[in-house]
Amino acid sequence: MERNEAHILELLTAVKDPEIPVLNVVDMGVIRKVDLNDDHIVVTITPTYSGCPAMDVISMNVKATLKRAFGEDAEVVSQLSPAWTTDWITDEAREKLREYGIAPPEGKSHDKSQLFAEPKVIACPKCGSENTTLVSEFGSTSCKAHYKCSDCLEPFDYFKCI
Amino acid sequence: MEAKLEYTLRIADNALILGQRLGEWCGHGPALEEDIALTNISLDLIGQARSLLTYAGELEGNGRDEDKMAFFRDAHDFRNVLLVEQKNGHFGDTIARQFLFDHFSWLFYDALLKSNDDTLRAIAEKSIKEVTYHRRHSSEWIIRLGDGTEESHSKIQESINELWAFTGEMYTPDKLDQQALADGYGVDLVQLSEYWKQNVAGVLRQATLNVPEDGWMQKGGKKGIHSEHLGYMLAEMQHIPRTYPDAQW
Repeated sequence: MERNEAHILELLTAVKDPEIPVLNVVDMGVIRKVDLNDDHIVVTITPTYSGCPAMDVISMNVKATLKRAFGEDAEVVSQLSPAWTTDWITDEAREKLREYGIAPPEGKSHDKSQLFAEPKVIACPKCGSENTTLVSEFGSTSCKAHYKCSDCLEPFDYFKCI
Repeated sequence: MEAKLEYTLRIADNALILGQRLGEWCGHGPALEEDIALTNISLDLIGQARSLLTYAGELEGNGRDEDKMAFFRDAHDFRNVLLVEQKNGHFGDTIARQFLFDHFSWLFYDALLKSNDDTLRAIAEKSIKEVTYHRRHSSEWIIRLGDGTEESHSKIQESINELWAFTGEMYTPDKLDQQALADGYGVDLVQLSEYWKQNVAGVLRQATLNVPEDGWMQKGGKKGIHSEHLGYMLAEMQHIPRTYPDAQW
């Protein structure tokens, strides 16, 4: 099997976010860099949130995937800067999120200086209605807020824009 | 203790201790959404503490990792401000503590973005995004409770009044803060304190609450002299890793 960056990235699309299994780590922008050294591969990842418990599993699965493909122990290093932003999530991945029932991040990452931002209009991923309300900015995982749709009455997750 | 190590521990321990305190709300929140919000914030803070304690361990150079730093230091080794170790009290007390700290933390990380230390700067860049959410959450609650019913108004005013004496320690620079600023990796607390007072007063006014007058300010945490609450909290937090030091998941 060819040991080059493009091929490694393709292999890594098999590594899913354990909490949002429709997304892979490449689409999410969690994989920042792949370095090919003579003796081993170094994959640089960045956490979505400081306390994201999925990072350990992601790191383990990256190593396991590369071990299976090349029979070698890859190194996974974590890098905080530049800080992960939802802007890095690909359009394709946003569509996958919506189909899965999670409203994708709306717009570009917001201005950090705002204290009380205008609430964004988030369309319901089930029926498409924009008649929705924010229930809580903290949802089932660090990266999600909790909304409900006032038309189809479904509660849903919104992937926060950061 | 080397200055940069101690400075890093101050930031790390603020995050760790407040994160642990908020974790005590798990399963006890006044509503499911708030239970989840408080523990989400706790998770962010513990995540920040992990990065900071890992860095503190590297600066110390004795091979201690984040877990060793969190679980095998005693109360007098902790450098968090007294505010964050205060007990949860009722929901309003927790929100008041969070509000006073979030406004400090946001300004602190914002200023730390200009630090000449690459690791501290990277941690600040990551953390400020999270604290932006925390600060909005606690500020909205201050307004909701302050401008709410007669009872919620008087209770949250009382919480703010009670905790006010712990705010000065956050923004009053001591020798170490001055050295960190002079060496280029630290934050200008004098400038920060002006913004903090302005921002906090702005939200309190919007919440129809009074801004307490500055009186005697409690201090000591930044030097390792803590209130009686920290020891009890550490006993609970540390007892498993200390009882079974080599335990693995």
